[in-house]
Formats: sequence, C-alpha cells, structure tokens
Amino acid sequence: MSDTHTLAAGGAAALAPRAYHPAHEPHPENGTSLGFWLYLMSDCLIFAALFATYGVLGRSYAAGPTGKELFDLGLVALNTAFLLLSSITFGFAMLQKQQKNVRGTLTWLAVTGLLGLAFLAVELYEFAHLIHQGATPQRSAFLSAFFTLVGTHGLHVTFGLIWLVTLMLQIRKHGLIPENVRRVNCLSMFWHFLDVVWIGVFTFVYLMGVL
Amino acid sequence: MSAHELHAGHGGDHHDDHHGHGDDLHVTRSDYIKGFVLAVILTAIPFWLVMAGVIQNRTTAVLVLGVLAAVQIVVHMVYFLHMNGKIQGGWTMLSTLFTIVFVAVTLAGTLWVMFHMNANMMPSHANPMTGQPQVGEHHHTAP
Repeated sequence: MSDTHTLAAGGAAALAPRAYHPAHEPHPENGTSLGFWLYLMSDCLIFAALFATYGVLGRSYAAGPTGKELFDLGLVALNTAFLLLSSITFGFAMLQKQQKNVRGTLTWLAVTGLLGLAFLAVELYEFAHLIHQGATPQRSAFLSAFFTLVGTHGLHVTFGLIWLVTLMLQIRKHGLIPENVRRVNCLSMFWHFLDVVWIGVFTFVYLMGVL
Repeated sequence: MSAHELHAGHGGDHHDDHHGHGDDLHVTRSDYIKGFVLAVILTAIPFWLVMAGVIQNRTTAVLVLGVLAAVQIVVHMVYFLHMNGKIQGGWTMLSTLFTIVFVAVTLAGTLWVMFHMNANMMPSHANPMTGQPQVGEHHHTAP
C-alpha cells in the first residue's frame, strides 16, 4: 500500500534515480483503494450481466405467477429504507473514524450492521414466502432470473456483514491503526456500492415489475 | 515535487502521512446529509409513482423511473462514494467511465439482440414452452 514510498526509496538507491513529480504525473495516491475500486467495477459487470439476463427473461412467466402478483411493494420499500439508512449510518461511522473516535466508529458500524441484518431478514422472509407460494426458482425463467439477481445482491450484503463484524473485532483489538482505517474505507465503498446496485434492483425488478 | 519530499522525510511513520495525503477520503457531515436527503426524495418519488398508480402509460412510467434511478445513482456516487475527477489522479473516474460504457453496451446489446431474436423466432403454432410473447399479454394460472 505504500508503493509510492517504496518506489521513491528504490529510485534513490539506483544510479540514475528516476525523478517523480507526483503533483503533475498521474500516480495512485492509495493503491489499495484504487484496486478495491477496480474490484467493485468488475462486480458491476457481474451485476450488468445479471440485469441483462433479467431484462430478457423478466417476462417469461411460463404460465406461472407474474411479478405483479408476487411482489409486495410495501416490503420492498421497507427493505430500501433499511439499506438507505445503513448508508447514512456508515457515513457517520466514517466521520467518527476521521475524528479518530474508536467508540463512535464501533457504535455506528454496529448500527449499520443491524440495519444490514434487518435488510437480510426481510429479504429472506420474502424469499421464503415466494417459495412457500410455489414461486420457486425452478418455476419459470422469470423466477430463475429474479432469484439469481436479487440473491446475488443478498449474498454480497451477507459477506459485507461478515466483513463488518470481523472489522469491528479488529478495531476493538487494535484501534484505528492505518490498516484498519484502510479497511473501513474499503468496506465503506463496498457498502455504498451495494446500495447503488439496490437502486437498480428496486427500480428495474420490483417497481417496473408491477407496472 | 514537494509531496514526494514530504514522504521521504518522514521515514518510519509515513503511514499516517500517507493516508492524510490521499485527500480523496476526507468526508464531511454535510455531504452525507445532503446525499441522504436527496436519496430519500429520489427513492420516495418512484415508489409513490408506482404504488399510487400516478402514471397510466407504461412506457412513460418506465422512462421516468429509469431517469430517477440514474439520477439517484449519480447522487450516491458523488455524496456517498465521494467520486470526482481528481481522486487517484483521475484513475477512479477513468475506470468508472469504462465500466459505464461496458455496462451500457452489455445491457443495450443484450436487450436489443434478444428482443429481435425472440420476435423473429416466434413459432407459427402456439407452443406453451417457447411461444410466450416477450411483451404484451400473458395468461397465467395459479401455480
């Protein structure tokens, strides 16, 4: 993560040191956050493929139930509210982290985690309800595409939660050392990214599905 | 050159400095509040439009929802993900633009090609497995 520094040290030792002009030349200021951003962009491509699949198959009901019959928009609105609130609470955790306040950071991360958990609980309830009604992924191409897209997003949230809990333990043990600050920054990107994907899900899957 | 010299001069405790120097992660409360208020408004409008059945024309409704989603994504990018053209020397913006182009080609290309393929490969006799039209009326029974 301190690659610019390493480069600088190496350059000084070489016979003809390469002169760096960070003010003018493009250079990664923080290699990890750029790398993590690139990972998120590749994740975007996965979701693009799943959205495209849903776009093609989203109305192939195979004489089965339609989105209009299945989707409960009240439940989706509740879920959207949970995820949106968790975005702002993560923002508060970032502000506490910036002020080097360990307790405040941990508190807001915990609130974020609880909201994420509430999101997952509602989503699992929705899935269980659908499957109970016979609307399983095997029922139609529409439902296969639906469960794959929404389930992949839910899996991301699950792994985000695991990361969040792990990171909270790390912060409690070691405090806000640079490594943990870096991890909080990366998780922040991950979490807000999932909220961005959810905008696509509630718009294109749920809202347009009941039109 | 000054930033580089600053780095070299700091030796062991360069870690803190390194993070401070990456100004891309300086966040402010007002940014988060602004982003949150905008996001709530941009979420509430589409839910209200659909749940109250405000727009009768389906095409119009899809277009309006799509525009609102696009605006909300930009709001999240700017206020929550702190995007701008300067962080990481512009590499973040560059990779994002590449991704947007790629996503647009994937989505538009898939929908365009698959829609036409479905339209052209429609069997003349009604086949319950593949004869379902892509858009329009759908008859269904309870599972």
